[in-house]
Amino acid sequence: MPGLEAGVMLPLALLAQLLRIGTPYLLAAGGGVLAETGGMMSLALEGYMLTGACAAAFGAAATGSAWGGVVAGAAGGAVAAALFALATVRARADQIVTAIAINLLAVGATRFALRVGFGSSSNSARIPGFGALDPLVVVALVAMPLLAAAIARTRFGLRLRAAGERPDAATAAGIDVARIRILAILASGALAGLGGAYLALDQHQFTDEMTAGRGFIALAAVIFGRWAPLRVGLACLLFAAAETLALRLQLTSAVPSQFVSMIPYALTILALIRGGGGRSPAPAALGKWAD
Amino acid sequence: MIADSALRRQRLTEAVLPVAIAAAIALVTGDLLILAIGQAPATVYRLLLEGTWGNGYGTGQVLYKATTLIFTGLAVSVPLVAGMFNIGAESQLAAGGFAAGTVGMLLPPATPAPVAVAICLLAAAAGGALVGAVPGVLIARAGANEVITTIMLNVIVLSALNWAVAAHLHVPETLHTPAIAAGTVPRLAELVPSLSGSAANATVLLALLAVACTGWLVVRSRPGFALRAVGSGPDAAAAAGIAVARTRLGAFVLGGALAGLGASNFVLGYKHYYEDGFAGGSGYLGIAVAIAGRGRPLGIVLAALAFATLSQGGLAIHAVVPKQIADVVQAVVILAVAATTPAVARRLRAGVA
Repeated sequence: MPGLEAGVMLPLALLAQLLRIGTPYLLAAGGGVLAETGGMMSLALEGYMLTGACAAAFGAAATGSAWGGVVAGAAGGAVAAALFALATVRARADQIVTAIAINLLAVGATRFALRVGFGSSSNSARIPGFGALDPLVVVALVAMPLLAAAIARTRFGLRLRAAGERPDAATAAGIDVARIRILAILASGALAGLGGAYLALDQHQFTDEMTAGRGFIALAAVIFGRWAPLRVGLACLLFAAAETLALRLQLTSAVPSQFVSMIPYALTILALIRGGGGRSPAPAALGKWAD
Repeated sequence: MIADSALRRQRLTEAVLPVAIAAAIALVTGDLLILAIGQAPATVYRLLLEGTWGNGYGTGQVLYKATTLIFTGLAVSVPLVAGMFNIGAESQLAAGGFAAGTVGMLLPPATPAPVAVAICLLAAAAGGALVGAVPGVLIARAGANEVITTIMLNVIVLSALNWAVAAHLHVPETLHTPAIAAGTVPRLAELVPSLSGSAANATVLLALLAVACTGWLVVRSRPGFALRAVGSGPDAAAAAGIAVARTRLGAFVLGGALAGLGASNFVLGYKHYYEDGFAGGSGYLGIAVAIAGRGRPLGIVLAALAFATLSQGGLAIHAVVPKQIADVVQAVVILAVAATTPAVARRLRAGVA
C-alpha cells in the first residue's frame, strides 16, 4: 500500500525536518529568555551560537566524540557570553554596542580558528555526530518547559525576574543583581552554544558563518513569544515550520524562498507594533541599569 | 571662560581617552595573535602599513573603503544624537545601491553626466531614506523598539533585494544588475595618477561634504537642536514643545538617506552596477565608526580611515598571518571602546566635581 506509506512517511519526514530546523532555535531562544528575563538584551545570541559551533568542531575533533563537541560547544558559547557579561555588567558598557562587537568578534575569531586549526577558510575537518537519535534535540524539547518552571517556581527564577523588572528594588532586598545577571548571561551563552554545537555535529563539520542569522531568529522568537518560555518555544517551532514549508515549496518553486525566510522577522515586527498599544510584555528593566 | 575651556578639555579627553585605550588593547590583542602563530608583530605591522598607506594603490583602497564607512558612520551617528540606535545601515546602504543601480540602468545613455549623477544620487538617498523611514514610522506610531525593528528589517530588505536581483534583474550567471547607462563618478586616479588601479573615486569628496553638512546640521541648525534635545531627554523635549515623534522619524530618514548615499561609492564610482551583498558588513562597521568617532565629524572621518586601514591591511598581511586577525582586532576595538567609555566618564567627572 504505497498510499498509506506515503501518508505516514510524509508527516514523519516533515516532523523530523521541523525538529532539525527548530532545535538550534529552541536552544538559543532558551538562552535568550534567561538573559532577557534578567534584564540583559540578547543581541549577541548569534555570536554565542557561532562560537559554540566552532568550539564544538574543535572539541569533537580533539576527543573523537560527539559528546566532546557538546561540552566544548556549551563552553565556547559561555566564554563568548562571559566577554559580554564582563563588558556590560562589570564595566557598564552599552549592551547594544557590546553585542554587535561580540557578533563581529565571533565571525573573525572563528575564521581565525578555522584557518589556524584546520588550515581552511571555509570548513573544518569532518567530525563525529550523533546519528538519528540526537540528545541535543531532546534537550531542546525539554528546555522551554524546564525554563518556564525554573523562572516561575524557583528562588533563582524569582531573583532573576526581580533583576529584570525592578533591579533597584531587588538590590534593596539584598539580591546581588550583578551576580544574578552574570549567571543568566553565562547560562544563556552555554545554551546558545549548544544550539551552535547541534548545527556543527548535525552537519559533521563547522563551516564559516554557519549560524547564518539563526541567533537573530531565536531573538525574534523571544520577542514574538512575549518573553514567556512556553510561548517562545512555540514561536521557535512556528518559525521552523515556516522554514520547513519553505524548503518543501522551493522544491515546487511556488513561492520565492526569500519571502518565506522573511516570515519570522516580519511576524516579529508585527508583534512589536501590536505590543505597542498596551503595556509592553518585555522585562521592565531590559537593557537598563538602576544603581 | 576658564571653566568653559576646562569643560571643553574634559569633554575632549572623555571622547579621546577610551579610543586611545581601546587602540592599545587592540594592539596588544593583535600582538598576542601574531605571536601565537609564531610570527613577529613588527614584521606584520610593517606589512600592514606598506600594503595600505605605503603605496598609491593601497592608499586608494583605504580611501575607497573609508568612503562607504563615513556614510554608514553618519547614518548611525545622526539617530544616535536623538538617542536611538540605527542598526539598519546595512540594509539602508543596500537599498540605496539598488535604487541607484536600477535608476542608472534606466537612464538614457545620452543623459549629461552632472544630471545623471544627480539623479542617481537622489535615487540612492531616496532608497536609503525609504528603508530608514520604516523604523522611524514604527517608533513614532507604534512605539516599536528601534533596535529590534532595524535588525529584523535588515533581513527582510536584504532578502527582498536578493529576490529582485536573482529573479528578475540579474545579468545571467551573476548576481548583479546590468551596468548603469549614465551617472558614473570619475576615479580619483584621473586626478592623482599614483592611485591608479584602486577603487577610490570622487564619492570620497561627497563623503567629506556629507560630514561637514551633518556636523553643521546637528550643532547649528534648528532641527539639530531638536535632535539633541530629544536625545538628552524626550520628556523634557516634549515639554519644551519639540515634536518628539517627528524628530525621531526625521533622524531615521536622514540616517537612511546618508547610508543610501554611501552606495554611490560602489555603484557609481566603482563597479557601475548593483550587486547582491555589496554592502558586505559596512553597515555594521558603521556602528563601530559612529561609536569610535564619538559622533564628531573629525572623529567619524578618522575612525572610518582606521577601520578601512584594518580591512585593507588584512589583505596585505595575509601572506604571513591569516587576514582574519584584522577582523578580530576591529571587533576588539569596538568592544574596548564600549567597555572603557563609562569608566573614563565616571573618573573624569569625579575628578572635576
